[in-house]
Amino acid sequence: MTDLFSKFDPLIQQREDLLAGGVTDPFNLVMEKVESPTVAICNGKRTILLGTYNYMGMTFDPDVVAAGHKALDEFGSGTTGSRVLNGTYVGHKAVEQALKDFYAMDHAMVFSTGYQANLGIISTIAGKDDYIVLDIDSHASIYDGCAMGNAQIVPFRHNDIDALEKRLKRIPEGAGKLVVLEGVYSMLGDVAPLQEMVAVSKANGAMVLVDEAHSMGFIGEHGRGVAEAQGVMDDVDFIIGTFSKSVGTVGGFCVSNHPKFEILRLVCRPYVFTASLPPSVVATAATSIRKLMDSADKRAHLWENSKRLHAGLRQLGFTLGTEEPQSAIIAVIMPDLERGAAMWEALLNEGLYVNLARPPATPAGMTLLRCSLCALHTEEQVGEILTMFAAAGRASGCIS
Amino acid sequence: MSDRQQILAKTIELIEPFNKKGVAVSEATRFAQDLEWDSLTVLDFVANVEDEFDVLISMNMQAEIENVGQLVDALVKLTA
Repeated sequence: MTDLFSKFDPLIQQREDLLAGGVTDPFNLVMEKVESPTVAICNGKRTILLGTYNYMGMTFDPDVVAAGHKALDEFGSGTTGSRVLNGTYVGHKAVEQALKDFYAMDHAMVFSTGYQANLGIISTIAGKDDYIVLDIDSHASIYDGCAMGNAQIVPFRHNDIDALEKRLKRIPEGAGKLVVLEGVYSMLGDVAPLQEMVAVSKANGAMVLVDEAHSMGFIGEHGRGVAEAQGVMDDVDFIIGTFSKSVGTVGGFCVSNHPKFEILRLVCRPYVFTASLPPSVVATAATSIRKLMDSADKRAHLWENSKRLHAGLRQLGFTLGTEEPQSAIIAVIMPDLERGAAMWEALLNEGLYVNLARPPATPAGMTLLRCSLCALHTEEQVGEILTMFAAAGRASGCIS
Repeated sequence: MSDRQQILAKTIELIEPFNKKGVAVSEATRFAQDLEWDSLTVLDFVANVEDEFDVLISMNMQAEIENVGQLVDALVKLTA
């Protein structure tokens, strides 16, 4: 018998080698208690959270939590059914209405996760003989959506406007075209030049889908994302987003002004063939989305945090993913996985949690310590974070 | 040189910057096994080939291409 698991042997070996050095397993952390959006107890130690996607700190918002309690009491723990059968409750319609209001768009469709939103929309709207042109650094859910459909898939160099344009021009006359972009790329925290890219896409007859998972609630005047900040909302055909970041729960969605959008509810398999979100989840999401509309002060504070952390880390001598802070993600580039894991552990011992990211999730084989800030991190916490980075960086030899 | 030979010569030239192992490249050289390219290297290389020949090599087509000769065959067709 061939062991189907032998294909994983190189990865098993790499993990064993890493852990043999005595380092704590960076992919097995357990949070014993969560005190707030910015503090948890890990290994019995009070730990500042700097690696969550809780950008707007909504997870413990009293109104959000109360809405969840009420829905749990009134509608029970789950729907046990598909959105197109018995799984649509008033709460599902209410959260879709909240999204339409938030984005000022005609249609909203809610999926059980953000991953499924990309999987479903991309695989359904681009069919055989259509072309999907996507940024090389796109999220796994975008690539998986491409793989699940049967369109022709054409990647282009990250954030390269000319590379996008050249490829669009090479597509055969008459073929359907979908350009897939992200507002914020989550590994380095850099923003796409959407203004130029959307214009180039439209000039070449393509529809445009933008994944705004890491910008919702934070970037743009109303928190609608990078497309809003760069003034191209009206030319974007589909926006994909998630409830598992700024919204603070779980779920995914697509909003659009396309007049035929509603038909997707019948033809999109990752929407049809799965259970809908529990009533408590859609209730927390709807409440959170409505509060995010009116969060200009929190957005301003989050920018302050991002700028301060970026400047502070640079001053300490770390190499960062972007020259200037462009989002709530600050990526610290590590020389290799071993030193990255050592630095990650040193930070955890100091009482700071960040994300350790490594290939294949990262571009160009990089090992990153990804810091994602929260609007509820206080000025004092950002100061503490910088002190911990200085100590851990020196202990692990990453800075002098 | 025939068109095919020219395309082969140009393709080998484009492989060189990514040929970290210093493999002697022929038509039989396989991208994954012999050159040991990972998916990111493939994407970078394909972008260069596309721009050099002004063609599109979709990921669907890439899945069918294992070695240098097959890539050259595909380019002969695409540039015909």
